[in-house]
Amino acid sequence: MNWYQALTMILPEIIMLAMACVLLMLQAFLPERRKGLIHVLALVTLALVAILTMRPYLVGSPVWPESILHGAFVRDRAGDLMKVFVEIVAFLALVYGKQYFRVWQQKAEDFYILLILSVFGMMVMISAANLLTLYLGLETLALASYAAVAMFRKIGLSVEAAVKYFVMGAVASGMLLYGMSLLYGATGSLQLSEIRTAVAALPAHDPLLLLALVFLLVGLAFKLGAVPFHMWLPDVYEGAPAAVMSFVASAPKIAGFAILYRVLVDGLAPISSQWQGIVGLLALLSMGLGNVVAIAQTNVKRMLAYSTISHVGFLLLGMLSGSVGYTASLFYALTYALMSVGAFGLLMLLTARGQEAETLDDLKGLNQRAPWLALMMAFLMASMAGVPPFVGFFSKLYVLQAAVEAGQIWLAIAAVLFAVMGAYYYLRVIKVMYFDTSENEQPVLLPLDAQAAITLSGTAQLFLGVFAGPLMSLCVWAMN
Amino acid sequence: MNNWPLLSLLIWLPMVGGMVVMFLREERQALARWVSLLVTLVVFLLSLQLWLGFDNQSSAMQFVEQAQWVPAIHARYHLGIDGIALPLILMTTLVMVLVVLAGWHVSQRIEQFMAAFLLLEGFMIGVFCALDALLFYVFFEGMLIPMFLIIGIWGGPNRVYATLKFFLYTFFGSVFMLIGLIYLYLKTGSWALADWYAQPLSLNEQIWLFLGFLLAFAVKIPMWPVHTWLPDAHVEAPTAGSVVLAAVMLKIGGFGFIRFSLPVTPDASQELAWLMIALSLVAVVYVGLVALVQADMKKLIAYSSISHMGFVTLGLFVLLGALADPARQDAIKLAMDGAVVQMISHGFVSAAMFLGVGVLYDRMHTRMIKDYGGVAQVMPWFTLFAVFFAMANSGLPGTSGFVGEFMVILASFQAGFWLAFLAATTLILGAAYTLWMVKRVMFGEIHNPEVKKLEDIGSREAAMLTVLAVLVLAIGVWPEPLLDMMNISVTHLIELAARSKLG
Repeated sequence: MNWYQALTMILPEIIMLAMACVLLMLQAFLPERRKGLIHVLALVTLALVAILTMRPYLVGSPVWPESILHGAFVRDRAGDLMKVFVEIVAFLALVYGKQYFRVWQQKAEDFYILLILSVFGMMVMISAANLLTLYLGLETLALASYAAVAMFRKIGLSVEAAVKYFVMGAVASGMLLYGMSLLYGATGSLQLSEIRTAVAALPAHDPLLLLALVFLLVGLAFKLGAVPFHMWLPDVYEGAPAAVMSFVASAPKIAGFAILYRVLVDGLAPISSQWQGIVGLLALLSMGLGNVVAIAQTNVKRMLAYSTISHVGFLLLGMLSGSVGYTASLFYALTYALMSVGAFGLLMLLTARGQEAETLDDLKGLNQRAPWLALMMAFLMASMAGVPPFVGFFSKLYVLQAAVEAGQIWLAIAAVLFAVMGAYYYLRVIKVMYFDTSENEQPVLLPLDAQAAITLSGTAQLFLGVFAGPLMSLCVWAMN
Repeated sequence: MNNWPLLSLLIWLPMVGGMVVMFLREERQALARWVSLLVTLVVFLLSLQLWLGFDNQSSAMQFVEQAQWVPAIHARYHLGIDGIALPLILMTTLVMVLVVLAGWHVSQRIEQFMAAFLLLEGFMIGVFCALDALLFYVFFEGMLIPMFLIIGIWGGPNRVYATLKFFLYTFFGSVFMLIGLIYLYLKTGSWALADWYAQPLSLNEQIWLFLGFLLAFAVKIPMWPVHTWLPDAHVEAPTAGSVVLAAVMLKIGGFGFIRFSLPVTPDASQELAWLMIALSLVAVVYVGLVALVQADMKKLIAYSSISHMGFVTLGLFVLLGALADPARQDAIKLAMDGAVVQMISHGFVSAAMFLGVGVLYDRMHTRMIKDYGGVAQVMPWFTLFAVFFAMANSGLPGTSGFVGEFMVILASFQAGFWLAFLAATTLILGAAYTLWMVKRVMFGEIHNPEVKKLEDIGSREAAMLTVLAVLVLAIGVWPEPLLDMMNISVTHLIELAARSKLG
């Protein structure tokens, strides 16, 4: 393995980082009327990087080395699949964002740059082969997200949300870092593959190892927003601008799965019996609390926050049961990111001048004002609720199947019960759009790119559901 | 034409048609109506083609189509019909034509209205054709969203409550079935029903699975005590919605018992037959009594539907305990035949009853019995139909309502006199609540001035009711074609239900 080969392997990350810097410069020196270029360049970068990530598979079937750059970085099929989805979701968020910032008359360029930076952070996270890389990627993502949440500092609850997000995120990072250091103490390595060998040699009840595990899990649960470490999440979702949330709520779930997978499976698989119980409890609590509390919300952003918590629960459910389960969780993360960006995207598109669309009232009678948007939102909600034939059903099915296979039938039954409760609040969104009438008769006028993006988000739910085969097979292929 | 994928056409044609209609502009109301009518008519004609090509002498699945669907979890796109699914499909396609006619004058968002019904039609036919359990589940649940919208958008004043209740009840029931399906998939490594029929299962497993299926199908059919969503849904649904709900969607519950409970968990079915019989009798007797006191016509017919569907479950389970007894094989066959005939008959009769209420509601905008009286004086033709269908609903010999109930009651005697006696009370109760309603609505003095202004039915309404009347009469006097169609399949079902899976 020479340097040249290694560099070609991390070319997508290099381009991403370079472009973030270039865009930063352009933002500083471009005249105001040319700033539109930044949006276009950001989109081009994402598309280009996605194509570059996929390229080796299109021209052949590459065989990746165990790790490169002295064990800091790993490139594998699962990682590449996740990266491509992160880029797709970021792309959609950018398209939605443009319209939103125009309506708010806020400068959007900072958001584009922060988004590119956080995508870079996620790519590093996804490809981390050692704890240090993992942490670096995570913090790049986190810092970019804190800043993005605080962007509307003069409007609404943005600053409060950002401070909460930052403080809780810092606590979580601290926990994670402490867990990592303990793990290093117990195993003598930061390299995940070496940690795995060392952990296998240790007794399963090694106190230092268990302590490290607990800190790691708490840190990860904080980052993902799993109950009981979820308190920050609803406030942040409510306070942050929808454009930022559409991104922060979606793509990082994919990266979150990646970090779970890297740490728990790549690193700590030998003591899986130790962490499975904790993860199972986190899953159960998240599904339960998320779905029950979401029912009481009238603010759609807050409702989506609790819905996210419940989806995290489902994602964790898949982590309980070996390779089928990991594949199921991957499928869940990918499809959930698509749903989430679509749902927030729609809220953004409905945002009228200076007035964020965020309560159920804002969606009232949408079917009269914009039947197509209402239909797309109905698709997204039905998909989140897990109603067939939408893709959300298949992701739930896959995770449940993994849980049953692992002998966790009662957990699976609890999960479906919570899913039924969850159906209620998703249906309520459909209800206000279709059954209620709105005083606001204004038709919703949208630019073509926003319409295309929402159409893509909505119809993808149906299309990926009716033809669930390819994406699911892709996940199986990636995880093998 | 036999090489065409007929079943796929039947499923996808209405779905594609529905999407096309949905995209029509709001102003093109007439076009939306005519396109929908055309689609349902074509689907109906295609389903007749199914009948022509069907081989009565084979118990195997026919018109089978197979394709990959989700290879990662071994789910296949696998369709096929037997002699039980065929009459249900024919009924569905016919009823859907009438449904489009029934919704002809809906003014609000007609393109969405028609689209929802066409999508619903595709899903319903899909349920009857699916031989892959996951596919079945997807179609089964897929029906929920269109129906949710139909009740919620075009329903009565309390529609939001009714439609949420409908959705959540059904969804709640079916998720437990989903767990059961996943369990069976992991056990057999396949979603194919044929593999599940062959899979040995311990009694304990079977009982849990049976209960899972029971929750889903009992809510759908619906059985007492999980029936309470139905009266609400019926009352609030628009006429066309009530017709589909009563005529087709309830049958899907019964069909589920036939496709899943009996053949997949035969031993548990026998073990728990007492429970099913008890619940069925409660439905027949108690819900029949409840129907008697209803003041709202739609509610009355809704309760009557529950009571009639009690005969379906009664027929399916009443003699399961006697499967091993060679002397009673004929009675078992009779009971099962009766259950299926009852499903078909109730499909037509209940459709007609709801259409009839719709006729009155369109004119008077009330469903309360007390607001009517003396309708016969101003609407003689309508009264003719109404009385005829009331007779059918009460099970008068010569109508289809009689055939199924009589077969089930006759077979029940083999299971015990009192059981049959209780079942037979329906002949009295059914006559009591239906005819009493007809008497109060149609006859007597006119005390409401609004009634005086009523106009008799027009050609569109007359056509709908005539078609149904002819069918009800035809099945009533000459049920042979229907019985021939399903004969071998019912025998096969009994064989499956009789074969113990414990070993």
